[in-house]
Amino acid sequence: MTDRPGTSTYPSGEGEPLLSVRDLTVTFGRGAKAFRAVDAVSFDVRPGQTVGLVGESGCGKSVTSLAIMRLLPSRGNAVTGSVHFDGEDLLTLSDTQMRDRRGRDVAMIFQDPLSSLNPVVPLGVQVAEVLERHRGMNRGDAGRRAAELLDKVGIPDPTRRLKEYPHQLSGGMRQRALIAMALACEPRLLIADEPTTALDVTIQAQILALLKELVQESGTSLIMITHDLGVVAGLCDEVNVLYGGRIVERARRHDLFARPRHPYTGGLLASIPRLTEGKGRRLTPVPGSVADNIPWEGGCAFAPRCSSEIEVCRERTPELVPDHEGLGPDRLLRCHNPLESNPLDDAPSDEEVRA
Amino acid sequence: MLRFIVRRLLQAVIALFVLSVLLFAWLRSLPGGVVSALLGERGTPENAARLRAQLGLDDPLPVQYWRFLQRALQGDFGVSNGVYRGEPALDVFVQRFPATLELSLFALALALVLAIPLGYVAARRRGGMLDTGSVIFSLVGVAVPVFFLAYVLKYLFAVRWGLLPPSGRQSVGIDATHITNLYVLDGILTREWDAAWDALKHLILPAIALSSIPFAIIFRITRAAVIDVMDEDYVRTARAKGLTSSVIRVRHIMRNALIPVVTIVGLQVGALLGGAVLTEKVFAFQGIGQALAIGFERRDYPVLQVLIMFAALIYIVVNLAVDVAYALIDPRVRTK
Repeated sequence: MTDRPGTSTYPSGEGEPLLSVRDLTVTFGRGAKAFRAVDAVSFDVRPGQTVGLVGESGCGKSVTSLAIMRLLPSRGNAVTGSVHFDGEDLLTLSDTQMRDRRGRDVAMIFQDPLSSLNPVVPLGVQVAEVLERHRGMNRGDAGRRAAELLDKVGIPDPTRRLKEYPHQLSGGMRQRALIAMALACEPRLLIADEPTTALDVTIQAQILALLKELVQESGTSLIMITHDLGVVAGLCDEVNVLYGGRIVERARRHDLFARPRHPYTGGLLASIPRLTEGKGRRLTPVPGSVADNIPWEGGCAFAPRCSSEIEVCRERTPELVPDHEGLGPDRLLRCHNPLESNPLDDAPSDEEVRA
Repeated sequence: MLRFIVRRLLQAVIALFVLSVLLFAWLRSLPGGVVSALLGERGTPENAARLRAQLGLDDPLPVQYWRFLQRALQGDFGVSNGVYRGEPALDVFVQRFPATLELSLFALALALVLAIPLGYVAARRRGGMLDTGSVIFSLVGVAVPVFFLAYVLKYLFAVRWGLLPPSGRQSVGIDATHITNLYVLDGILTREWDAAWDALKHLILPAIALSSIPFAIIFRITRAAVIDVMDEDYVRTARAKGLTSSVIRVRHIMRNALIPVVTIVGLQVGALLGGAVLTEKVFAFQGIGQALAIGFERRDYPVLQVLIMFAALIYIVVNLAVDVAYALIDPRVRTK
């Protein structure tokens, strides 16, 4: 496995990885219309670790997570590469084998808690069905356990809530219920796909705190998918920044915030609203949008939107290579002309990043 | 829930009253009229005038209506002046309704049993052979007029191949006891299996003809609903939980996809009653559809009024039942 292409540049870390994604590629359509939503993405998640996948809509982060879970529609796409979970390649399992692992070993929570819950099935059944399926519990036991789980995720009066339907709950409560379902069988890996995007800001913070607490308590590994570097700051040990289906930068959280190297990462950081900023100062968005994407062949896909673009960016595709160690261990970068200093005058303080 | 039902029933009373006024006026504005229908070509002007006076047709319409309403509220809907001369109009309905009920239920059951599973399978294999085939088949089902289909079925299966009886509800020679006047059910209740089987054979062809349109519509709605629901986030959540495909199908897909189907089934009751008129005529099936057709030919106002009013009542009650069923399967409706 270590002599596969792309793996030689991968940094080694402590402990065997729980999840090891190698050259994961997802192609939609075929022939001339083929489009690579995810392009040779490789990363590891070690037990108890929280890894962030960060990028704008369309960068391939959600597709990556659905490919790992094998939840992409069965037709119209091709998935290659490997996804080793606890030594097994999930991509080569039979449908039945994969079904046994989903919800039990690997669980997922989604972006929109309302549409992710079945509107006509009581909440209790939706929590209990996971336990009935994977733990072989009967209705009664599963129901009692479901009440405990709802209690654990901070839903008040869980026994009454079990009989209620999703529309009777607030957005935050719904996401808590989805977290309870995902963690019901104590999975070793949880994938959270923008779990706070559809929620109010105050609720976002609560949900993130809850996730952090539950994950730390149970030692569950977490893949956090988000476009919000603020979420990353509070939660992730390691961050992968994706652009155009490829990883463009990887770093430990603190190192990334202290010294972003890829201009895209710099742009994402500059677009976060800051309390320390003077009144009336405008946010700095990354110019353009992913719709401007050009393929990675013959140049950097980010070059058209990049402020640090130089001639070589339009001629040669940058490779993902180790970045110099002075800026933190295990850094990877895909850029011809990386940033030499933090683009933010008022870089976030240590407390802010470690919060 | 109870308040909702009571309110709907009050609405139904108003609807029935308005319908009775309109119906009264419409029927009497039909060309021809009861007198010429009764007397035929031999009617002299004197005879006609005497008959008109006898039937109270000389009074202004509002007076006639007031008289009708007073009697109707006491359960007297008048006496047939058509083929069932002298019979109370209500009896014509009561005697014939079980036949139509049996035929409609059988046709509806046939449509549901075929359309819902087929709709599900077609949706799951969208674009496949079975899907394309069923879509074309259902299009034909809607497009072919019911009476034409009825004649074709009757000609092929009854006349040409002699597999099934061509008309009636039960063979003449059968000695059957009738309790509910639903002949198949009677046969089962009395354990007269031959009578039940005979009645069932008489039901098959009319039921197929009558079920063609409801089948096609329910199939299409089911298919569209399943296609919609399969793309829903909560189905993805169910798959992410590793649930078995049967739990996903029943609990997560069908329970949601059946909500629009239930609405359509309620509306189809109207189509069934309408279709019964044509189907019963072709198969000489003695239900209210056939009585309605004959009633129109003879301008049998009392019988027509009763039949149409009660058909409307059934329609209203069924749709009320559908709304209640709706609240049972969709909790979002219940709490509003």
